[in-house]
Order: sequence, then C-alpha cells, then structure tokens
Amino acid sequence: MNKVVNNPKTALEGIQDGMTLMVGGFGLCGIPENSIAQLVKMGVKNLTCISNNAGVDDFGLGLLLQGKQVRKMISSYVGENDEFERQMLSGELEVDLIPQGSLAERCRAGGAGIPAFFTPAGYGTEVAQGKEVRIFNGKPHILESALTADFAIVKAWKGDTEGNLIYKATARNFNPMMAMAGKITIAEVEELVPAGTLDPNQIHTPGIFVQRIFQGEKFEKRIEQRTVRSK
Amino acid sequence: MALDKNGIAKRIAQELKDGWYVNLGIGIPTLVANYIPEGIEVEFQSENGILGMGPFPFDGEEDPDLINAGKQTITVRNGASFFDSATSFAMIRGQHVQLTVLGAMEVSQNGDIANWKIPGKMVKGMGGAMDLVASAENIIVAMMHSNKAGESKILKNCTLPLTGVGCVKKVVTELAVLEINEGKFHLLERAPGVSVEEIISKTEGELIVPNFVPEMQI
Repeated sequence: MNKVVNNPKTALEGIQDGMTLMVGGFGLCGIPENSIAQLVKMGVKNLTCISNNAGVDDFGLGLLLQGKQVRKMISSYVGENDEFERQMLSGELEVDLIPQGSLAERCRAGGAGIPAFFTPAGYGTEVAQGKEVRIFNGKPHILESALTADFAIVKAWKGDTEGNLIYKATARNFNPMMAMAGKITIAEVEELVPAGTLDPNQIHTPGIFVQRIFQGEKFEKRIEQRTVRSK
Repeated sequence: MALDKNGIAKRIAQELKDGWYVNLGIGIPTLVANYIPEGIEVEFQSENGILGMGPFPFDGEEDPDLINAGKQTITVRNGASFFDSATSFAMIRGQHVQLTVLGAMEVSQNGDIANWKIPGKMVKGMGGAMDLVASAENIIVAMMHSNKAGESKILKNCTLPLTGVGCVKKVVTELAVLEINEGKFHLLERAPGVSVEEIISKTEGELIVPNFVPEMQI
C-alpha cells in the first residue's frame, strides 16, 4: 500500500480549526519541523496539541504559539518557552500538565485499544485530583485515560513507501506511541525509500500505523543545549 | 566547611552499587556521573530513551538526535540502547532502575517531595519526576539545605504542590546526609567542619541527632 504524498501541504490536508493533534519529539529532538512549518502556513487555529514539550520561542511548537494557533497544550514539561509561560499565566492558553510516563502510556493506550490504566505516578498530588484511586499490591494508584488525536504528526529518520519507520537515537522518544494513537498519522522522514529497502527486522513503527508519509525538504535539527567537552 | 555542588555529587556517588541502573535528574544529580567510585560499574538511564549514556561529546561531534533528558548533547557507551518513551517509563515504573537521584525545592519528614511548581510564579511541569518518585526503590534527593531566602527546605510539611508522597529515603545537602525513617529526619553524617548545631538550626523538620555524628568521608 503506497502511503506517499508529495509534500507537507498534501500531507496535512484535512487538518482544521479546533482539532486535536499529537506532535512527536522531546524538546527539539525528533520533531516534525516541516509539518510544523506547514501548520503555520495553513493558519489553523484553536488547536489542542499533545506533545511532551512546547518548543522554544522561535522553533518547534513555539512557532504555533507565536501565531496564537494553540488553544490547549497537553504536555509534561514546558520550561523553555517564554511566550508559552506568558500565555499560560494570562489565561490565553489552557495547559494540562501530566507526568511524562503517564503521557507516553496514555498515547500508547490510545493506539492499543486500552481505554484507561492505573499508575502510581501522581498519587497524592494535584495530578490525582478527580481521578479514581485503587490499591494494588498495597500501593495506591490513579486511573489515567487513553489519549487519541484527529491527526498524529511524527518524525522518523528513514521510512518506506508502505509507511514503515525507523527512528534515530533519542529522536525516537514519543513518536512511536503517537504514530499509534492518531486517527490519521502523518510521518515526515529524512529519507524515503522504496518498499523492500528497509530490513523488516529493524522497523520500529510498522506501516499499519501510518496513513501518509513524505520526505522533508530540509531539517534544521536545532540543538537546545549544546554541551561539549574539550579534547 | 559546607560542600559545593560537586561535593554533594561526590557524596551521593558513594551510594552507587555495582550493577545498578541509575537515573540522574537535572542539575546537581547530573554531576554524580563524574564521581563513580573505582571498581564499580553502573549504567545511566535517561528517560527520553537511552541506557548507557556516556560523557558530553567533543566539540564538533555533537549529534542533534542524541540528547539526554536535560536536552544536552551526549554520547553513548559501548552496549548502549535506545528506546521509545513508553518503554523508558516501563523501566522506571516497573522498578528495573535501582536508583533515582533528583533535585527538590522541599522535602518533608515523611518523605514527601515538591519540585515542579511554585503557584503563580513558576510552572515548568513535572516532566518525568512524578513517575520516577512514585516507583523508584531508592530515591536520593540532592539539594541545598536552605533556599535563596535562607529558609529551610527540610520541613515538617511541604508547602509547595507535591511531586510525590512518602517516597524520599535519603537527602544529601551541602551540610549533611539525612535519612528519612518513620516520619522523621535522622542525621547520619555532617559535611567536614560543619557543626551539628548549624545543621539543627537550618532544619525545620523533626531531626533525630545521635550522640556521635561522623563527618562525611569525601
């Protein structure tokens, strides 16, 4: 099944105001930068974005925040973005902060047909407010529900025409779970190859989870905290 | 004399045991990796999806696709592995990681920890901290004894929104090593040259002080 689309414009067709989007990445690592640029061009508004972080002021999801395209963010850590903080404190932006492991598992559950699960993370904190508590093995757990999205937008290193994906190093992060949880999943890849080129043993995300795939024109891959040692 | 950040990290490194998988938080905890005692092998896990983290890369060898949870560029050691975020937290929640070291704004005498939010002032998010403290068997908090205003961070009860309840077992500060047991802090060691009186005066929570408090050996 050929999933290839020619460009980000075609790939993101159908995304409308008010929709819920999952966007892969951890910090600026493994984010679908070509698709984010296209979302800015499209000018879609009132989005709910599920993403571990919110980018920085002038890159990643920060670009959507600059254009006030996001109504609600569901994230675990948003510390690197001044505009985000301003919009949150002024009440313009609704923010749902959830523990990182719960966020990952909620996406995975959404893609795996598991409506909810119990986790110890967040018990006794603000995160547990309004959630069912149950004791397992003598320890309290809270009920967390699955997350799904109208569109999931992920970034992979290599992909083939069938939508099979391979990620590189820590750019994998949330991308595989989000690919599973999108009603429509769009993958942008650095290198798009014909089916049969990738070793089936090495596939991280099987093509069944991907509806549209395209090769990104360029990847800036900005580094958030360049840390080096001297030789 | 009170320890500096490296001193705190060095003391915590003495708690490492051979064969442990360890998750280090951002800040002082990251420095622990610099002081692994000789003859001990540990492997560092970073919750963004890596086991077997190595040192920072040499200038010019940074890979934007290879970072730690603090978003710093890193390298990998032989035998490292990469995985997705759900697998990463399966390791953490499933108690496959033996030790978590993290920073805190406040710790209370029953082991509660607060480190993610100051209402009205700072809201960065909890990241992986809530998952880590809810599940880790061993949690060591690395922090300064007092905040910038000079107020004790070692409290009867936390005043800030909690990250986890009843989970912290040990606290290492620039002044002391404290253990939390049966709802009280116990003074185990003092920093070289630091008096027991100073530690008592800077600790708001209930503190059990034995007759003899040894100095840290660092």
